Amino acid sequence: MIAYDFMYMQPDTLRQARENFLRLSESGQNPVYYAGGSEIITMCRAGDIRPGAVIDIKNIDACQALSLDEDWLRLGAACTLNRIKESGLFPLLGLVCGRIADHTNQCRITLGGNLCGSIIYRETSLPLLLADAKLILYGARGRRALALKSVFDGRMRLQPDELIVEAQVPLWALNAPYYHMKKTANEKIDYPLLSVAALLYEDQLRVACSGLADRPLRSKQVEVALNRRALSPGTVAAKATALLAEQARDSVEGSAAYRLFVLENTLRSLVEDWHDEKI
Amino acid sequence: MTTAIDKSIQRREAWDKVTGQAQYCDDLPAAGMLSARLLTSTYAHARLRSVDIAAAQALPGVECVLTGADCPQLFGPLLQDRPALARDKVRYAGEPLALVVAVDEPTAEQALRLIEVDYEPLPPLLKPAQALERGAPLLHGQGSYKKVLEDIYPEPGTNIASHYRIRKGDSQSVLQKCAVIVRQCFGLPPSGHLAMEIRTARAEITAQGQVLITTSSQSPYSVRKQLAEAFLIPAGQIQVKTPLVGGGFGGKAAVCLEILAYLASRGVGGKKVRLTLPREQDMATAPCRLGLEAEISIGADQNGLIQAAELNYYLDCGAYTDIAPYMAKAIAVDCSGPYQIANLSCDALCVYTNHTYATSFRGFSHAEQTFCLERTLDMLAQKCGDDPLQLRLKNAIGPGCTTPTQVAYSAGLIGDLPQCLEKIQPLSCWDGGGVTKIKPHTVRVKGLACFWKTANPPTDAISGAVITFNPDGSVNLNTGAVEMGSGCHTHLNQILAERLQLSPDQVHVVAAPDTQVAPEHWKTVASLTVNMAGRAVLAAADDALSQLRVNAGLALGCPDAEIEIAAGRAFSKKNPERFIPFKDIVQGYKSPAGQSLGQPVIGRGSLMLKGLSLLDPYSGSGRTGPDWSLGAQVVEVEADLRTYTYRIISASTAMDVGRAINPELMRAVIAGGMAMGVSLASRESFAYNSDGIPLKPNLRTYKLMHIGEEPDYRVDFVETPEQGSPYGVRSYSEHGIIGMPAALGNALSRAFACRLNTLPLNPERIWRAATEGDS
Amino acid sequence: MMKKYEGKTVIKLRVNGQDHEVAARPADILLDVLRQQLGLTAAKPGCLNGDCGACTVIVDGWPIKSCLMLAVEAEGHDILTLEGLGGRAAAQKAFVAANSFQCGYCTSGFLMVCHALQNHYSELPEEYVIEEWLQANLCRCTSYQELRRAVRLMYEQTPPSGSPRDSRPPATNVFPAGKNPL
Repeated sequence: MIAYDFMYMQPDTLRQARENFLRLSESGQNPVYYAGGSEIITMCRAGDIRPGAVIDIKNIDACQALSLDEDWLRLGAACTLNRIKESGLFPLLGLVCGRIADHTNQCRITLGGNLCGSIIYRETSLPLLLADAKLILYGARGRRALALKSVFDGRMRLQPDELIVEAQVPLWALNAPYYHMKKTANEKIDYPLLSVAALLYEDQLRVACSGLADRPLRSKQVEVALNRRALSPGTVAAKATALLAEQARDSVEGSAAYRLFVLENTLRSLVEDWHDEKI
Repeated sequence: MTTAIDKSIQRREAWDKVTGQAQYCDDLPAAGMLSARLLTSTYAHARLRSVDIAAAQALPGVECVLTGADCPQLFGPLLQDRPALARDKVRYAGEPLALVVAVDEPTAEQALRLIEVDYEPLPPLLKPAQALERGAPLLHGQGSYKKVLEDIYPEPGTNIASHYRIRKGDSQSVLQKCAVIVRQCFGLPPSGHLAMEIRTARAEITAQGQVLITTSSQSPYSVRKQLAEAFLIPAGQIQVKTPLVGGGFGGKAAVCLEILAYLASRGVGGKKVRLTLPREQDMATAPCRLGLEAEISIGADQNGLIQAAELNYYLDCGAYTDIAPYMAKAIAVDCSGPYQIANLSCDALCVYTNHTYATSFRGFSHAEQTFCLERTLDMLAQKCGDDPLQLRLKNAIGPGCTTPTQVAYSAGLIGDLPQCLEKIQPLSCWDGGGVTKIKPHTVRVKGLACFWKTANPPTDAISGAVITFNPDGSVNLNTGAVEMGSGCHTHLNQILAERLQLSPDQVHVVAAPDTQVAPEHWKTVASLTVNMAGRAVLAAADDALSQLRVNAGLALGCPDAEIEIAAGRAFSKKNPERFIPFKDIVQGYKSPAGQSLGQPVIGRGSLMLKGLSLLDPYSGSGRTGPDWSLGAQVVEVEADLRTYTYRIISASTAMDVGRAINPELMRAVIAGGMAMGVSLASRESFAYNSDGIPLKPNLRTYKLMHIGEEPDYRVDFVETPEQGSPYGVRSYSEHGIIGMPAALGNALSRAFACRLNTLPLNPERIWRAATEGDS
Repeated sequence: MMKKYEGKTVIKLRVNGQDHEVAARPADILLDVLRQQLGLTAAKPGCLNGDCGACTVIVDGWPIKSCLMLAVEAEGHDILTLEGLGGRAAAQKAFVAANSFQCGYCTSGFLMVCHALQNHYSELPEEYVIEEWLQANLCRCTSYQELRRAVRLMYEQTPPSGSPRDSRPPATNVFPAGKNPL
């Protein structure tokens, strides 16, 4: 039960969506873009947010893309996690999507919602960061294409009226060797204590993680440390973990110290697998 | 040959449950009802300077706003210490302090957000040890509670709500002389019941003054009693209905929401009001599972024979007592476990803290007490170099022994532990509890625990049954037992069908007890329903049978002593080919000539427990329950020594159930208890921050086990009939949980070679214990 | 025409093959509308937060937690609740046969997930797939073994003709149109 009412609209085009967003903002109605809705509904119920209007973007064709073209895999912002997973087009992203929330919720949660949400894990960003994905945004200047990393520092840095239309993933990433490990406090269906994703590009490991810090991160230094093939997996894992020590967070799911312990174990097993050519 | 028992007949309400036709409290139509919502405290301990409801009252659609000032009464089944809505002070985060009644839920919720509360924070007490310190603030000052029952022993000037003692033999001097002594401390956090059905209640007061309550409750008769006493309403004017309950586990035995629903309806002139707790309030506001601290000392001779034990338990009952003093009593009553301990001393204290208050939880404090005792026994076995199973076997209670409350052992009364230990070995592939390496960093280990439990009902607890007949000769069974998943209606059906020699399909159990219609049944708790209501059903069946014999005798023209009953017919023993079907005699008999003979048959049966006593306040001697049930359990884990993670591979229970009157139903309920125990022990706790605010007050962050992580559950029965109960069946429905946390703790402590003396046993805790010392 | 709702409005919902008109606020969740306005109370409130699955219904062939969907969003989609199975579905028979419930409160949600699973996979899928789908729901009474058994039994039965299983989930904008991997 949501205590305060809001207006609901379902635009058919990006332009309609944004125009309505601007108009409602100007009249003080505090609109939000809405896709899968799970986070917005729960936050409205809890009284954490009180939008005057929700603008449902699921009916906009541009946000529903899921296709391969010559250079890119195009993933519409309103694609559900389950649809991405079942498409099998980007195996690493599919794995990550399959470990967010639970299967039924994966039939609702969207790529755009996961990236823009306030829940800090935003795990779909991990494969996209590793793949040097682009985002197509729609805002004041119409569409613009940007590298994900330029508008995502662990959270999306969009203009208030801007929305994600789609993510574009370069084709090399779809077939690159990959690794994903999600660790939880003890129950599989839980927020990650740590979620680690890795892609192999030109024989170099790319690694990003969520859960350790208050936002997802991909660190150059960590990747440099992990890619020192002359050193043992245990050694590089310890060195990489030390680089992230200050960012580890305490939460009810686990302490910072324990997260670092889990990180080190996970990185070691990742590098072991890599050295053993198991990924 | 049996007709209805010893058979795995399906749950009577099965098809209602798979079609959505089964009705739970909040499934009943709510059109035209007002909605109530609760405002709850955001502080664990604070003085209430003011609660400003003016803006909420002014919101259109709001019919009334109540605060503590509107209800001076205090509530509680043992100690009256709890206001319906906080007055002057709040004592836990989540405590109700205002209630809004409005035309609909959104309006009520909006009004809640307009209430302004001014708190003056007070230091919270978050552990029993802290609450027991000299100079600790008193959560309930002098005279702020009233004793309801005689065997509650609050200690004025302290935070001790009650204290129970067991003194048997001379534990102090014997313990000192023991060759092997193990002393351990334990600390277990509170947690939640998490029945899938959230708590809900509805109330209405008619113009005639009739109070109508519909509630999701295990104790409709307690609702009637507490409302009658608190509000001085004649009990007969209160009618409580209980549709199917979506899981209780003890959490719906407390009377809580019904009081608030009544107040809400009273506040709006008796109109129908519906109060449903959101899950977050169901967890933080409604009563939860107890926390427990303990110091255990056990001494044995060189052969591992236990000589003496000293046991101190501090039960964290939270802000109010509810039934918690009796959970402390239950710890004392069964403090030795199913073992012979001649020299025994136990002090079980019930202590107030600023946690959510506790109420009965599956196992009634036995799972917690068993964790402490059985973990200590495992350490004793290790010290003595014994197989943990052998240590338990040689100390098992048996003929010539007495229980901690000095009740003499008999197998019929208490059950057969050696047989359970015999059966658990093949079931669990018991290997002595050794560590088996299966991969370089992976080991498999089994942990064992035994359990027993008797009940703690009031010494005068009652039950009853009425049976009526339909024109087709089938039977209606009307009792006050609530069906919440434990299968009691199916068992009562079987018991009645067996006695009347009918097919179970010919017995219709009235699904939703109504206090105005069904004879009083104490409460659907303590796994006693089959015993108590079952005995009442047998009495009712016998009563009906004698009436049927009279009618049949008149119909067949022979003395009723010559009438035999079987398969829905009455016949003459001397002349078995002369018979008459039930349908022709259940409403009296009309002869072919039109003469009316006999009377319609209505069977009635009732029961008041006999032979129970209060415990002696100094020695603890006495008898609290009609029987014991006991068993042995094993949990097998596969542990990764590098990451401190583990998988639970299997969980086994061999339990003396007296008689397996419905093997599949009983297996499933015991396995369900085991599953709850595994979940509880591995991941559940109410974590609080240092201000006493719950950190995981929802099902997103409070983790229950999902499918996919469950072990292979195995259940086997020992059948030592209990003399007094229907067909010898023992209480069994809550027991599966009891030894699980201990067995898991024992397995993991062995696997990781560390001492795990707290719960839940998640990898981080094991990592800490293994790398830093004790958990 | 862009859909737009403000305040209480009459919306059309297609539930269990029948069209209904109900008056709902845009902020009303599907669960509340099903229960309170259509009297379809099989879907249960358990957490209203998407965590327990007791409110699961099937929308266009996919399991959906009806506490996390607005009623207005469901317009134009096919909603199936447990009442719509009518006692004919293989899942229902299997649940009874496998003793897969005790209190029964979570049962409706689990049944809808199982029924959707069978819609999606015509042959018994691998155990990990079953787990993935059923991990969206919580049961506090059973040991889960009974639920696993029910899924196996469900696949051993021939579904009755004309049951909702015959309608494959159509591809829509809202819900993934991914192909059946088997």
